[in-house]
Amino acid sequence: MTQVDIPASVPAQPAHHAEAERKWTDFFTFNSDHKVIGIQYLVTSFVFYLIGGALATAIRTELATPPSDFVSPDFYNGMLTLHGTIMIFLWVVPAGAGLANYLIPLMIGAKDMAFPKINALAFWMIVAGGALLLSSFWLETPQSGWTSYPPLSLVSGKVGEGIWIFSLLILGTSSILGALNFVVTIIKMRVPSMGIYQMPLFCWSMLAAGLLILTGTPVLAGALILLAFDLLAGTAFFNPTGGGDPVVYQHMFWFYSHPAVYIMILPLFGAISEILPVHSRKPIFGYRAIAYSSMIISFLGLIVWAHHMFTSGTPAWLRMFFMIATMIIAVPTGIKVFGWLATIWGGKIQLNSAMLFALGFIATFVIGGITGVMIASVPFDIHVHDTYFIVAHIHYVLFGGSVFGIYAALYHWFPKMTGRMMNETWGRIHFGLTFVGMNLTFMPMHELGLLGMNRRVAMYDPRFADLNVLCTIGSYILAVSTVPFIVNALWSWFKGKPAGDNPWNALTLEWQTTSPPAIENFEGIPVLTTGPYDYGKNNEDLEASSTDTPVLSS
Amino acid sequence: MKIPSSIATMLAGIALTLVSLWYGQNHGLLPVAASNEALLVDGLFNTMMTISIGLFLLVEGVLIIAILRFRRAKDDTTDGPDIDGNIPLEIVWTGIPAVIVLVIGVYSFDVYSQMGGFDPNAAGDPAVTQVAMTGEGDYAAPLMDGSNSHGGHHHMALGIGASPEKAGQMADLTVDVMGLQYAWIFTYPETGIISGELHVPQGKDVRLKLKAQDVIHAFWLPEFRLKQDAIPGRDSELRFTPTRAGDYPVICAELCGAYHGSMVTRMYVDTPEEFEAWKQQQIASRPDINEVIASLDRPRTDVDYLTPYADDMGLEPEMLRSLHESHAGAEVLTQSL
Repeated sequence: MTQVDIPASVPAQPAHHAEAERKWTDFFTFNSDHKVIGIQYLVTSFVFYLIGGALATAIRTELATPPSDFVSPDFYNGMLTLHGTIMIFLWVVPAGAGLANYLIPLMIGAKDMAFPKINALAFWMIVAGGALLLSSFWLETPQSGWTSYPPLSLVSGKVGEGIWIFSLLILGTSSILGALNFVVTIIKMRVPSMGIYQMPLFCWSMLAAGLLILTGTPVLAGALILLAFDLLAGTAFFNPTGGGDPVVYQHMFWFYSHPAVYIMILPLFGAISEILPVHSRKPIFGYRAIAYSSMIISFLGLIVWAHHMFTSGTPAWLRMFFMIATMIIAVPTGIKVFGWLATIWGGKIQLNSAMLFALGFIATFVIGGITGVMIASVPFDIHVHDTYFIVAHIHYVLFGGSVFGIYAALYHWFPKMTGRMMNETWGRIHFGLTFVGMNLTFMPMHELGLLGMNRRVAMYDPRFADLNVLCTIGSYILAVSTVPFIVNALWSWFKGKPAGDNPWNALTLEWQTTSPPAIENFEGIPVLTTGPYDYGKNNEDLEASSTDTPVLSS
Repeated sequence: MKIPSSIATMLAGIALTLVSLWYGQNHGLLPVAASNEALLVDGLFNTMMTISIGLFLLVEGVLIIAILRFRRAKDDTTDGPDIDGNIPLEIVWTGIPAVIVLVIGVYSFDVYSQMGGFDPNAAGDPAVTQVAMTGEGDYAAPLMDGSNSHGGHHHMALGIGASPEKAGQMADLTVDVMGLQYAWIFTYPETGIISGELHVPQGKDVRLKLKAQDVIHAFWLPEFRLKQDAIPGRDSELRFTPTRAGDYPVICAELCGAYHGSMVTRMYVDTPEEFEAWKQQQIASRPDINEVIASLDRPRTDVDYLTPYADDMGLEPEMLRSLHESHAGAEVLTQSL
């Protein structure tokens, strides 16, 4: 049973052929092959994850005790600013882009992305933007948090703030170029036999994320350029000392930065929708509902930004509108979660590392989702806004959601990318440490916030010390948890068991070519014979009748 | 004896509901509620906790049961059943969350309204006003005279205003609150009292008029479930009725600089007699506000700023000194808590 017929007249290229044409130096060049770029993105973003994680560990070390005694308060603010910025703009967003780069052309039967050179440019802008941001460690760290609200950002150091702004402009431009590529590739480059409802759900989620990036990111760029004028040219768009309005910045900033959460998590929603059916041996439950829910989330994500400003300069009617809009997002998100649960229910679950991380994704993301509905409620949000409750919420969404999702995707597609299997034992150890560390770090933060601990502080009330110690121990476990993954990935890349083309016996197109795929992915144009998730269906009958017209199902 | 699955599901549902109801009322996660507004918010939170715990147990329960029951046998290479949808089921799990968020939305709307969120004075979006210009990279000059500092626009403020039953009535006590790096300064316009600690009478309708002098601060009273940003160039307010005597932390919740964590003071809810006594004592020892303002009319450091207020605010000399010491956060905190 496969999803495709690849014309028999042209034999598929063997894996070693692809290996022979690919040199390790390709990964350090302006290579325009989407698979090289995908791996460049994934490896680079993981390096930034380690840097952002080291900062997080330092932040938690500072917070192990109430006074500010590990680093100076200025450097602490620099660390928390860089931690947030790196994790969002240099880890989760590029990691999603890396997966999309690698997978989308393979999943839709294309030879490459629509604009290969723009694709390479987008990747190298990540390196440039990241290097610029890291230079602030030696020059001056930005001080005003990843939100960089004026007037604080205008009075706390021009060099650091300037570096932050220009770095984000480069990263945002990269993001726009990448999104443009994803959207055009998905819409225009599918094999002729693949209708929009035969696309894998990962493509749907990247389409939704790409549209969101194209809509939101230019507004962030606008806000940053105006902020740069205020900072460096003495204008007063946001500076109240010249009659500017800092609240306008908040509107512009959150118009992008709330959707950014969905930009980060939608690709992983897609990845989870790919992983669960394969390892449960069941079709995804409610394909169309899950596909549409991505698009609905994308749209609703654009009209909820002011829920970050309930305690700020928003009038009452605006607070009510954004409360309702925000709460409604729970509905399409719930559709996805229930669809995933129904997918595994009654299946034949193989609890390998990819599946463990996918299930861990659901288990932890749902906590972030539930607290998300709570904080959408204006009266309750007024209490917990800017507290550790919010820190807990965002990490359950972006660590429990995004990071678990990225790990699940890496374990799932590693055999395709490298032609080798990862070690399962080390994968399970990695999962166990990550799951325990994550919950120990972030669960107590809910209570800290409710009790009265504000966020972004280097010093806090000693009555919060015990819970903070728990969080810090959890963060150390999380730091240690990356070691088995790094060792496993490096060792398996070179010495792992050969995977074969389709070790999971999966149906989507990327598994129907060699591992790793040849340079132009497929020999000839694949013709679909089944839907992407037709597990358990009697496909022999379908294949028998599929010589000319593809038999498709959703 | 094997229990039929429909009965087992029903029993599980009842157990889940009971656990949710119990935990929703007995979580003990919130600090003491010291105002009428806090009781309203707590009721809302308890309801949301009840629903949340039910959903949490449902999802995690299904995950755990699926992992335990539906594992693939080692040598089984066949697929599971080809079930890929069920329209009635999908309608149910779209409809139920939609109803839940609608209920929470209506309840939140009601609580917000009762708290005074829809006070007409607070509903307008006030014009932005310019705060005083200062040298580059420095802080705006202080605008201590709260009654006339923002150019006379008539919209009141953003934030929480009078509750519906007090709409149109003057508050019993109004206090001007000025946030600056890294302190709150409270001015009582009727008496001219300036203080670094907030004193309010128990059971009275209190209105705080919030302003910020330099960067954005957020005025947070955890025990009162109230928070509002103080934004340079914009007015905002908080109106509430303290019901429980005692002293409570006042916290800045918006990142306002390196010593953001030390921007902490206390709010004392006094009995009316205690409040009167405190007021008389403050009036007797009041500094001349004009002298204070005149002395601030030049570029300043944090320490210059805070020194004139140190006595009023109960700040220790160590705290001021520590503003210049990079590793002195511990002292700041210890002194200010």
